[in-house]
Amino acid sequence: MRNIFLFIRIYFNFLFFLFLMGISLFMLFNYNRYQHTVYSATAGEITGRISKQYNDVEYYFQLKKTNDSLVKANAVLYNKLKQDYEMPDTVSKLAVDTIQIDTILHQRKYLYLPAKVVGNSVSQPNNYLQIHRGSLQGVSADLGVTDINNYVVGTVVDVSKNYSVVMSLLHRQSNISAKLKKTGETGSVIWDGVKPNVVILKDISKEVKVAKGDSVITSGFSDKFPLGLLIGTVTEIVNDKTSSTYTIKVKTAANFYNLQYVNIINNLQKDEPKQLLKSVKKINE
Amino acid sequence: MSSLLKNIIRFSFFILVQVYVLNQVPPLHHLVTPYVYFLFILWLPFKIGRRALMLLAFAIGFCLDCFMKTYGLHTAPCVLIAYLRPFLINLLISQEGAESNYNEPSIKSMGFTPYFTYVAILTLLHHFLLFFLQALQMGGYFYFILKTLLSSAISLLLILLTELLFVRKQRFRTNTV
Repeated sequence: MRNIFLFIRIYFNFLFFLFLMGISLFMLFNYNRYQHTVYSATAGEITGRISKQYNDVEYYFQLKKTNDSLVKANAVLYNKLKQDYEMPDTVSKLAVDTIQIDTILHQRKYLYLPAKVVGNSVSQPNNYLQIHRGSLQGVSADLGVTDINNYVVGTVVDVSKNYSVVMSLLHRQSNISAKLKKTGETGSVIWDGVKPNVVILKDISKEVKVAKGDSVITSGFSDKFPLGLLIGTVTEIVNDKTSSTYTIKVKTAANFYNLQYVNIINNLQKDEPKQLLKSVKKINE
Repeated sequence: MSSLLKNIIRFSFFILVQVYVLNQVPPLHHLVTPYVYFLFILWLPFKIGRRALMLLAFAIGFCLDCFMKTYGLHTAPCVLIAYLRPFLINLLISQEGAESNYNEPSIKSMGFTPYFTYVAILTLLHHFLLFFLQALQMGGYFYFILKTLLSSAISLLLILLTELLFVRKQRFRTNTV
C-alpha cells in the first residue's frame, strides 16, 4: 500500500498529464453530431454571444453582397407569381390554386425560419456555422438549412437557448441525399475535405449520362429538405475504373465564404412517417 | 503590470486572434492552417508549477475548442506540449541561472538558437498531434504528414513575426530568489 502511494507521489505529474489527456480524448471521440453533450449547450451560448459581437462589425463589410443576393432571391420569387404566366390557347388552362388558407398549419409541410449567421468557417476539415436562433425560437436538431437563395447549406446539429450550430456541407460527416435534375438518378453528397465549395456526389451508376454543368438537387427522400433545392452543378466527372459508380465533383451553389443569412427548414410532418418506419422495424425484429 | 493580469490579457488576445483572424482568413492552401494561440503556453513564466501549467494549457485548448466546436481536438495537443515544456527548457537552457534571472522564456533569456529550437519542437509536436487526431477521424496519412510540415512552417513564420513585432521587455532580476 505504501508503495502505491509512493508511486503516485513520484509520478503524480505524469498521471495528471494522462488524466487531462484522457479527458480531452474522451471529449474528442464522444462528441458527434448525434449526441448532445452537457457542455456544448453552455459553450454554444457563450461563444455565440462573442461571435455575435464580432459579426456585428463584420456584417457591415458584407452588406453590399448580402443586399445583392437578397435582390436576386426576390427576383426569383417574383418570377413565380401567377400573373407572370399567360396562356394564349384555350386547350391548356391555368388552374387557380385551390389550397385553403392554412391557419391551423394542417397542410403546411415545410416552415422556413430565417436566421442570422454569426460564425462560419471554411478552412477546417469539419466546418460549422453558428446561427442566432435557438430552441426558444423553434429550432431543433436535424433540421435542414439553406441560404437566402434556397441553396443547400447544411444541417442543424446542436441547439442552445438562443443559438444553434449547423454542420455545413463542408463536413466529413455530412451526407445529403441528392439527385441529378436531368435524369433523376439518386446518390448522396459528401465532402472529401479538400476544397471548400467543391463537394462530391457518389453512388451514381456509370450507365447514367452525366455532363458538366448538370444540376444536382435534393432528392426529397430525407425529411430535412423538400424536393428540388439546388445543391450545386457538376464540374468534373471522375471515372474510377475499380468501381461501378462515378465520383462526381460538384461545385456548391451556396457560397460558403460569405453567408450572412440562412433559412432553417422545419419539416412539420416528419414525425408520422418516422413512427411508421419505427413500428415496421419493430414488427420485423 | 502583474504577471497574472498580463497572462489573462494574453489568453484572451490569443484566443480572439486565433478565432477571428487566423481562422477567418481564406486559407492559402488546404494544406495550410496556421496556429499561434499555443504561444500562450510557451510564454508562461519559468516558475509556474507543472500541474498549473497543464491546467492552463487544458483551459486554453478547451476555450479554442468551444469556438471551433471540435471539443478535445485542440485540448489534447496543448496538454501534451505543456507536459513536455519543462523537460525541453531544462535541456535547452544554456545561461547559468537564466530561469531565476528572467521571468519567462524569450529570445533574451534563452538565446536565439535555444529559444527557437524550443518553439520549433513544441510547434511541430502540437501540429503533429493535432493533425494526427484529425487524420484518425478522416484518414489520409500522406496528406496528414504534408499538412503537419507545411502548417508548422507557416505557424513558425507567424510566431517569428509575433516575436519581432511584440518585443517582450525582460528585466534582469539581480537578486535571484
